[in-house]
Amino acid sequence: MESTVYKFIFRYSRKEQVFILLFTLLSLPFYYASLDIPKLIVNNVLADPDSLAPGSADLRAIVILGIPLGEMERLWLLALYCGLFLALVLANGGFKYVINVYKGLLGERMLRRLRYQLYSRILRFPSPHFRRVSSGELIPMVTQEVEPLGGFIGDALALPMYQGGLLITALFFIFMQDPLMGLASVALYPMQGWIIPKLQRQVNLLAKERVQEVRKVSERISETVQGVEELHANGMARWEAAEFTARMGRIFDIRYQIYRKKFFIKFLNNFLAQITPFFFYAIGGWFVIDGSLTLGGLVAVLAAYKDLPPPWKELLTHYQIREDARIKYDQVVTQFAPAGMRSDAVVFDDREVAPFEGSLAATGVKYIEDDDTLIDGLNLDIPLDSHVAVTGDAVSGRDRIAPLMARLVDTGQGRLAYGDEEAGELPEATLGRRIGYVGPSTSLFSASLLDNLLYGLRQTPQTARSVLPEIESEVARQARERQLTANSPDDIEDDWVNLGLAGVDDRSGLIDAVRRALAVADFEDDVYRMGLRRQLDPSSRPREAGRLLEARRILEERLQSDTFAGLVEPFDRDTYNTNATVGENLLFGTPVGDTFDLDRLPENDHIMSLLAGAGLTEEFLAMGCEVARTMIELFADLPVDHEFFPQFSFISPDDLPEYRTLLAKVERSGEQGLEEEERQRFLALPFRLAPARHRLGLIDDAMQARLLEVRRAFAKDLPEDLRDAISFFDRAEYNSALSLQDNILFGKLAWGMAGSQAKVGQLMAEVIRDLDLRLLVIELGLETGVGIGGARLTPAQRQKTAIARAVLKQPAIMVLSEATAMLDGASQAAVMDNLREEFRGRALIWVLHRPSDASHFDQVLVMKDGKLAESGAFAELMDRDDSVLSDLVALE
Amino acid sequence: MSLQEEVDLLRTIPLFSRIEPSRLKLLAFTAQRLTFAPGDLLCRQGDEGDAAYIIITGDADVLVESESGAVKVATLGPNDLLGENAILCDVPRTATVKAVTKVETLMISKELFFQLVNQFPSISIEIMRELARRVEKTTTMLRDAMATRAGT
Repeated sequence: MESTVYKFIFRYSRKEQVFILLFTLLSLPFYYASLDIPKLIVNNVLADPDSLAPGSADLRAIVILGIPLGEMERLWLLALYCGLFLALVLANGGFKYVINVYKGLLGERMLRRLRYQLYSRILRFPSPHFRRVSSGELIPMVTQEVEPLGGFIGDALALPMYQGGLLITALFFIFMQDPLMGLASVALYPMQGWIIPKLQRQVNLLAKERVQEVRKVSERISETVQGVEELHANGMARWEAAEFTARMGRIFDIRYQIYRKKFFIKFLNNFLAQITPFFFYAIGGWFVIDGSLTLGGLVAVLAAYKDLPPPWKELLTHYQIREDARIKYDQVVTQFAPAGMRSDAVVFDDREVAPFEGSLAATGVKYIEDDDTLIDGLNLDIPLDSHVAVTGDAVSGRDRIAPLMARLVDTGQGRLAYGDEEAGELPEATLGRRIGYVGPSTSLFSASLLDNLLYGLRQTPQTARSVLPEIESEVARQARERQLTANSPDDIEDDWVNLGLAGVDDRSGLIDAVRRALAVADFEDDVYRMGLRRQLDPSSRPREAGRLLEARRILEERLQSDTFAGLVEPFDRDTYNTNATVGENLLFGTPVGDTFDLDRLPENDHIMSLLAGAGLTEEFLAMGCEVARTMIELFADLPVDHEFFPQFSFISPDDLPEYRTLLAKVERSGEQGLEEEERQRFLALPFRLAPARHRLGLIDDAMQARLLEVRRAFAKDLPEDLRDAISFFDRAEYNSALSLQDNILFGKLAWGMAGSQAKVGQLMAEVIRDLDLRLLVIELGLETGVGIGGARLTPAQRQKTAIARAVLKQPAIMVLSEATAMLDGASQAAVMDNLREEFRGRALIWVLHRPSDASHFDQVLVMKDGKLAESGAFAELMDRDDSVLSDLVALE
Repeated sequence: MSLQEEVDLLRTIPLFSRIEPSRLKLLAFTAQRLTFAPGDLLCRQGDEGDAAYIIITGDADVLVESESGAVKVATLGPNDLLGENAILCDVPRTATVKAVTKVETLMISKELFFQLVNQFPSISIEIMRELARRVEKTTTMLRDAMATRAGT
């Protein structure tokens, strides 16, 4: 990258800078003309016509830019000048608009180019470098630190040239009036030119320091976010807060010093600017008295001098901005040139090579990290159809083997080859297709599970997007901009998924391939369960919704059998559901949006008026009082943070005292004594009662019958504008607001039936299998968003995703390192078996932490102290005397 | 069955009989009602225990694995408590309990039980007393048995 911001600017925007300058100069005559016209109006048009005889035509000279152009009647001339003035105002505005937009455009283009350069350098960083630099440092550098450069770049040339020009013109004028006066007006410039950069340099150093401190703060914050669990587990909030405070203190101090110095510079500048008139009056006044300068001359000099400070000030401000930009650029660029960066060609190019044949060969490979030689003199020959286990103790260097074999890190010395291809020369995209790598930590991207699985198929764009005629020009414009700023030429909207890599011809084949990969990773059941929890929009997929309704019908049928009796209480319009809450029973549907939010039903006027209409308000009030009484009796002695509150109580610990007071009031003066708001507090409580669960004996059969009446009234009289706020339960309709499994179940799992969930789940799985719906469920499961970094999946699910992702692209070489550590024992064994089966005839290299697992592999490589200690078949090595492997197995 | 009836049920169990009524009510409220279908297992021998059950209605067989298969050693019915050892100390289930008829129970999980004991030491004192009585009873039986043995 260019070493200074000016080199960067001139390399990539020379022409544009000159254009801005020329355009600025071009605008000047118009500007001066617009200043000139008011004077002309006053002097030529409005000046007293005393010299004229009454009645004669009052002709005036037309003068534009000092050129006389004949004569004109006074009123017409006024109209001409005013029209001209208006035109010039417009022209000036137009010039300013064009120049500003162009400057903004140029600045933004340059910024885009710079950001892209920085980001592409991050992509080229050698992997070990990421252990030294944190995202907290990199993010602000690429985003806000370079931001001010955009504003500066547009002004980089034009502003100093233009303002400098103004300054020189004014100075020239003053010198022409009187050289001594000219000298006086510039007398202090050398001093300013000498002392201000000195002060500015100090400010610069401080600014540099500040940039670094701010970077450390953002690094610190990102560490806090990432390590928040450790922080709380160790109770370190106070220490962290103190640490943060200390850092803020440093930034504060630096900023304070900067302000003092910066504003001192400003003070000095202002002072020096103001002191020059002192010389004028003193020296010029003396000259006038002395007679060597006319009074008119002095006035003219003073007028010219008035024009000096603005450009001078502009130049000084520009100088400060320039210094700021220079430092920022410097500070950023030096961080983006670590040793051992990969070349552009390796990272961004793509090359198709013939299938690897023969073996993966390492000759004298040495790997050094932070001056530690972790692998030394490694010689390997792994046939590309064999399965190899790598093992060793924790300091043996075994963990570096996997990234080295997958060429995630570069060898320090020695040669690594896949068949006939030198590893170091192959572009990453090529390797990405040929090699699967699953390491100990898995990173997922915040997208759907399917997108994450297809991630390994997207090395290069496959087919260009189809562009509708009406957006053709827009697409072309975007492509041109990408090219102008030397960004990536690829269009993200193209189809990047390489179907051939997954061994399929079309999208429907792809889903089968995905399912196979999921099966290898023992992940299909998880995805199936995710699918069951998802929603489906029946309007866009009516056929699927129809089949799910069929599943609902069949499940209902099968639930009739004795084995499942009483496990599910179905939704029935005419029956009260004892496993659902009062609120759920009243709505008899799923709320869409907030209007009928179950937790806020008591605040809903429509619901409350229906209750009043059914004469239930007083009963609800009585039930509410009873619930409150029970809750107070049960929970009053518990401390406010006790686990029971969120688990069991209807009333939060903070509200308990209030309810106690209200209850006392009820005891004293009956329920009639309550204020409207206080009644509300009690009315809210019964909504959350579910008879099967809470056993308070409050919702008896009579009450249930009356609540059913309210349910009917609610459904019948729902105002038109509220229709969309609820999706009613209807046996014959798919409910878009319910999850897939709730749609099939169409009822509530009975509370307190042992094993009901497992039994019903299994029955549902059978129904889904019988109706061939499993594929649909899995497809929906694949649409699940994984959250930031995959946070919505469990660690085991993340590892399974990574394995499935690597399997899907059918690599010639599969490298795994601790890839199943998060899985449970049964799953680990299953995945290892599946992978060995899947990769029969292809290379499988597995770094194992449990050496005994190596018995399943053709060959075992045992590392010790960074060197290959022994290799061979498991049994053979175990039989050897003084075998390292048998020691490792014994220690397991 | 309402909350009050459950409280009355709990009071018939010696382990809980002396606990204050209000605490018992909290235990009943927080305990879960769990119904087992005939043939369902309430617990399995050798598994880690995580809950005790009080049978409200129904019958269940207590089966112990032996070399010749499962042997039925007892039948449990309403008001019987089972699995309390699992929540008092970490021992695996010593027998399998299988529902013969539909069995309704009140389930007291280990977690729930400890939350209660931690909060209200009076409960633990009552339980300690009951356990001491059991030890005393066992010791007496042992002493009698040894005396009988020595006598022969």
